[in-house]
Amino acid sequence: MEKKKEKGLPIKTRRIIAYTVLVLVTIMCLFWFYVLFINATRSNAELNRGFTMIPSKYAAKNFKNIIHGSQPIFSGLLNSFIIASFTALLSTYFSTLTAFAIYAYDFKLKKAIFTFILAIMMIPTQVTALGFVQLVNKMGLENSFIPLIIPSIASPVVFFYLKQSMDSSLPKELLESSRIDGAGEFLIFSKIALPLMKPAIAVQAIFSFIGSWNNYFTPALILKDDGKKTLPILIALLRSADFLKFDMGQVYMFIACSILPVIVVYLILSKNIVSGMTVGAVKG
Amino acid sequence: MNKKNSNVVRYNRWGYFFLIPFAVVFIIFQLIPLVSTIYNSFFKHFFDGMIEIGPNYVGLDNYVSMFTGGKIWKYFGNTMIMWLMGFIPQILLSLLLASWFANPSLRLKGKAFFQTVIYLPNLIMASAFAMLFFALFSKVGPINGMLQSMGILEAGKPYDFLAHTSSARWLVAFMNFIMWFGNTTILLLAGMLGIDTSLYEAAEVDGATSNQVFFKITLPILRPILIYVMITSLIGGLQMFDVPQILTNGAGGPTETTMTLIMALNKHLFSKNYGMGGALSVFMFFVTGILSMIIFKFNSKTEK
Repeated sequence: MEKKKEKGLPIKTRRIIAYTVLVLVTIMCLFWFYVLFINATRSNAELNRGFTMIPSKYAAKNFKNIIHGSQPIFSGLLNSFIIASFTALLSTYFSTLTAFAIYAYDFKLKKAIFTFILAIMMIPTQVTALGFVQLVNKMGLENSFIPLIIPSIASPVVFFYLKQSMDSSLPKELLESSRIDGAGEFLIFSKIALPLMKPAIAVQAIFSFIGSWNNYFTPALILKDDGKKTLPILIALLRSADFLKFDMGQVYMFIACSILPVIVVYLILSKNIVSGMTVGAVKG
Repeated sequence: MNKKNSNVVRYNRWGYFFLIPFAVVFIIFQLIPLVSTIYNSFFKHFFDGMIEIGPNYVGLDNYVSMFTGGKIWKYFGNTMIMWLMGFIPQILLSLLLASWFANPSLRLKGKAFFQTVIYLPNLIMASAFAMLFFALFSKVGPINGMLQSMGILEAGKPYDFLAHTSSARWLVAFMNFIMWFGNTTILLLAGMLGIDTSLYEAAEVDGATSNQVFFKITLPILRPILIYVMITSLIGGLQMFDVPQILTNGAGGPTETTMTLIMALNKHLFSKNYGMGGALSVFMFFVTGILSMIIFKFNSKTEK
């Protein structure tokens, strides 16, 4: 027993090292956001004097300035919210339907289709962006939210996650017994599968929402009208504008406004998100 | 018997029916764009100012000029270097943290808190995060201010992080590292928690040190997950766009040393150079396709 302890560091030392590293890592993760939120409350003049750790009192004024400023942040927030909400809704509803089709029925092409969806899961959207933009232009859908929302109906990743959770939490006997009771297949899906899958659907809805909220590449190719632009596009505009002309307090406030909603949602639901992430990951 | 059989067949048809929305949307918004992207890559088609040139069929010319005359290898190199610069510290820190979280004998408190914190940057809008770093690391930003007041930099002589190749690349890599190590940690942790604890108990009885346990038991068992993490990260790395695009305002500066493949593609798309854009897309499609096949093989192996 004694000999064993000599071999490695004593457990107490290892705990101290672990805690020290974890605290440093925590600081590394949060420092930037701390600076961001502090600076969002300061005036341009204060910012030019250098950084302090104490918040100032210009938050409301900075916020008022960006709302009345040249960047349409209000419509940006709204546009991002509309697109992200519909994306979350459609991707989860239809992915549940797709997963249900593969999970609950036996048909000839079932295995081939499942394999196919898994195979296309990792193909990035960027590689088809060229044809996608041309198609959208041909359909006359530039500046429309439709090409940013409708494609989420086919989300292989969401499908895969929901299929996995059906395997573990949707008993086939339950479907069979409702069938014997005379329920139609669509009714079985919407009255039994959908409610039972709620926890998994909620997790995926959050991920879809955040993914769409943060998406920059595709929306930037589709949305050209100022009033239609989403937050990431506005941020890119902010970056390409001559930096020094800006009131930096407003720049920080603008960034804060784009990431605060996600931080708030995350802190409220973090337990579900981190565990949901793990459930999806166990597969890997 | 016969009746039941036909009944089974009849309701199983619903499987096809429920697949219709996915199939229709996939064909319209992914398959057709993919085919037309490939089709475009065989044509010379671009805009010279306002004048549209082409489309003229040129066979493989776009590919030839992309691989020989173009800067694709430079952009490919940039992308890979910045990915590696972020990935290596990421996988090391993630292994360390995950092994601590998974180790019951450490009895760490506040695990949920730490996991919540390290996962947070993964959910932040990458473009906003890049804009934030641009503001913080600019010549008049707070980081330069702090470095000067601490005496690390001479007062009045700020360091221009974005004007130097190495510091610009390190910034991109560092941001990717911050954004992804939490995600990787949680993936690896899930893998470690799935390891049979009796193995650890047996090792303890045999008097193995924690280092021996980690290198002789945990790592070998984790190998498939490590490969999975590495390849998914590589696929993600090849798509690197938001962070360097916003940080360098799309220029990939200094002198295009932070220009990634997708940034180049984005440039082609905005200047409407459909031929070259198509060729680059097809190249990316094949590279990610091959990497995905490895993942896919791996997934179907663990399916059992």
